[in-house]
Amino acid sequence: MTAQLKCLEVDDVHVWRGDRHVLQGVSFHLEPAELLHIRGPNGTGKTTLLRVVTGLLRPEQGEVRWAGRPINEARAEYQAELAYASHEPALKSDLTGLENLRFTVGLKRRASDMELRDAMATTGVAACADLPARVLSAGQRRRLAMARVLAMRAALWLLDEPFTNLDVAGAEFMSRMLAEHVDRGGSALVVAHHDLDVGRPLRSLELAE
Amino acid sequence: MSVGALQAMNLVLRRELCLSFRRPDQLLQPLVFFLIVTTLFPLGLSPELSLLRQMAPGVLWVAALLASLLSMDGLFKGDADDGTLEQLALSGQSLGAIVIAKTLAHWLVSGAALVIMSPLVAMALGIPVTAFPTMILSLALGTLTLSWLGAIGAGLTVGLRRGSVLLSLIVLPLAMPLLIFGANATDRAIVGDSPEGAVYFLAALCVLTSSLAPLAATAALRITLE
Amino acid sequence: MWTWFYRLASPPYVYRVASAFTPWLLLTAAVAIAYGLIDGLAFAPRDYQQGDAFRIVYVHAPAAWLSLFAYTTMAVAGAIGLIWRIKMAHALSAAAAPIGASFTILALVTGSLWGKPMWGTYWAWDPRLTAELILLFLYFGVMSLRAAFEDPARGDRAAALLAIVGVVNVPIIHFSVQWWNSLHQGATVAKFGKPAMDASMLWPLLAMLLGFMLFFGAVLCIRLRGEVLNRERQASWVRQAIKA
Repeated sequence: MTAQLKCLEVDDVHVWRGDRHVLQGVSFHLEPAELLHIRGPNGTGKTTLLRVVTGLLRPEQGEVRWAGRPINEARAEYQAELAYASHEPALKSDLTGLENLRFTVGLKRRASDMELRDAMATTGVAACADLPARVLSAGQRRRLAMARVLAMRAALWLLDEPFTNLDVAGAEFMSRMLAEHVDRGGSALVVAHHDLDVGRPLRSLELAE
Repeated sequence: MSVGALQAMNLVLRRELCLSFRRPDQLLQPLVFFLIVTTLFPLGLSPELSLLRQMAPGVLWVAALLASLLSMDGLFKGDADDGTLEQLALSGQSLGAIVIAKTLAHWLVSGAALVIMSPLVAMALGIPVTAFPTMILSLALGTLTLSWLGAIGAGLTVGLRRGSVLLSLIVLPLAMPLLIFGANATDRAIVGDSPEGAVYFLAALCVLTSSLAPLAATAALRITLE
Repeated sequence: MWTWFYRLASPPYVYRVASAFTPWLLLTAAVAIAYGLIDGLAFAPRDYQQGDAFRIVYVHAPAAWLSLFAYTTMAVAGAIGLIWRIKMAHALSAAAAPIGASFTILALVTGSLWGKPMWGTYWAWDPRLTAELILLFLYFGVMSLRAAFEDPARGDRAAALLAIVGVVNVPIIHFSVQWWNSLHQGATVAKFGKPAMDASMLWPLLAMLLGFMLFFGAVLCIRLRGEVLNRERQASWVRQAIKA
């Protein structure tokens, strides 16, 4: 499958949470080397939309397609090609930075410890590699989570509020990482409640009440 | 350079064991609970070994059941709380394989530990040494079956408030056949009869549960993750 | 044929059908139960072993049968809801659960009352009653699980899965409890032998069984209507139905 085919299509997705019609017919298209910024006030279902795209949440109506095939048909294969960063950094506090990466990236692809350390160095947390996650600051954990996304070498990045807890330098890192990902041909869905500027063309999807 | 299912299971198993051994206090808790519950019976009834021996199979099994269930809700809860469960679910590996690896790891550090401790408890209850092989075998099969049942319960109750009470409520009725056959096997061994029938049933239950429970537990987890 | 199946998934259709069936089911249930009770309690001959005490079988046996039938219904409806994602199937499953639990309690109470003249005690760990008790625990498990979820859709799916796991276990539990009881024969006196049934005793029993099934159907329809209204309360057809 060439990179041309690796596009994401979200088609008329409806999701109800109890009585609330959270997602009301959301549709969009994401080509390789594209960045989509999902924005909207709190409670409009940005995180829900992201979880639908990951395949964890099945919408009541509508479909998500990757490379032309509905993701329900081969969910594990689709999920192998994405990297998801949730609102929490998702790290085991008893494991060191390196171990955390090893046990998650290691399920997606065979990555040597050297590669993992390189990824951590890129996001500026090389020193945290051998420290248990419990002693790291919120900003360091966020960078460690981003190192994980980087190390997975996934075609599709799904990021939920990735700039949380990052200082100015960290935010610059983040923008640069996104830019480089797009340059390599990857696509990314970024949920952020603030403005986004990574120096590359950016589309926006606004979710309303 | 993708990762095969067996390699993935191996990795998850190692992760679980690594995490368990970093918290040795949590490893010991079910074992101590096992001892404490067993101690309650002589205190509540009578220290007469001849009387205890009659009740021993039942007491041993009830204590083992409760001690296993105690740690069961930790199977998915830790990962659900810090968000790593989603990472596992999105790893591109089959969720069933991950559930199997996690449950086996959990059994190794709880059920198997209970089995190893059982001779100690058995002596305290007056069970003769001749009954030990049967007791150990039946407890091994029983705790494994219980781990599978517990995995279903854990998958269903992750993230619920007071989920662990509900978990016990759900799993204990399903575990009653286990208790019947397991206690009976030990009882026969004590008396000197052949425990074969009961052990075979126990093994059959174990095989049945081992093949079907992973499916149910995986489905339960998917429901929870939605 | 499939259009019928898909219409079953439509809440207004389900509501209308359930409402239409209810009076008929209640009527036929009343007739069957009336016949069964009168014939069974007044006209059927006394059992030569148990005397008049056996007559409680006319309530106990159908109640026990129905407790299992209701659980199976709950599990099958749940399975349909899970596999085909049909919300009305989950509504049916939710409606059936408390009815089944009530039948189980009825079976336990009548069984216990039967026990007094039979064994001299209200409870003696008879295998069939013990299995009924475990079934009651299974019901409570399913109902508690459904209630514990804040999102009703997830609660439905979790409860459906548990019901399916339970239904697979019910034969195992029955078998184990029978086996367990046979080992300890000395402890309790005879089990509930259904007395050898002569035809004159059998007809009222079958009538009661039919009556209970019809009654189950009627109460299920009534509860199903309530469930549908509750679940679809945001829909416009519900507001119109309430006004009517």
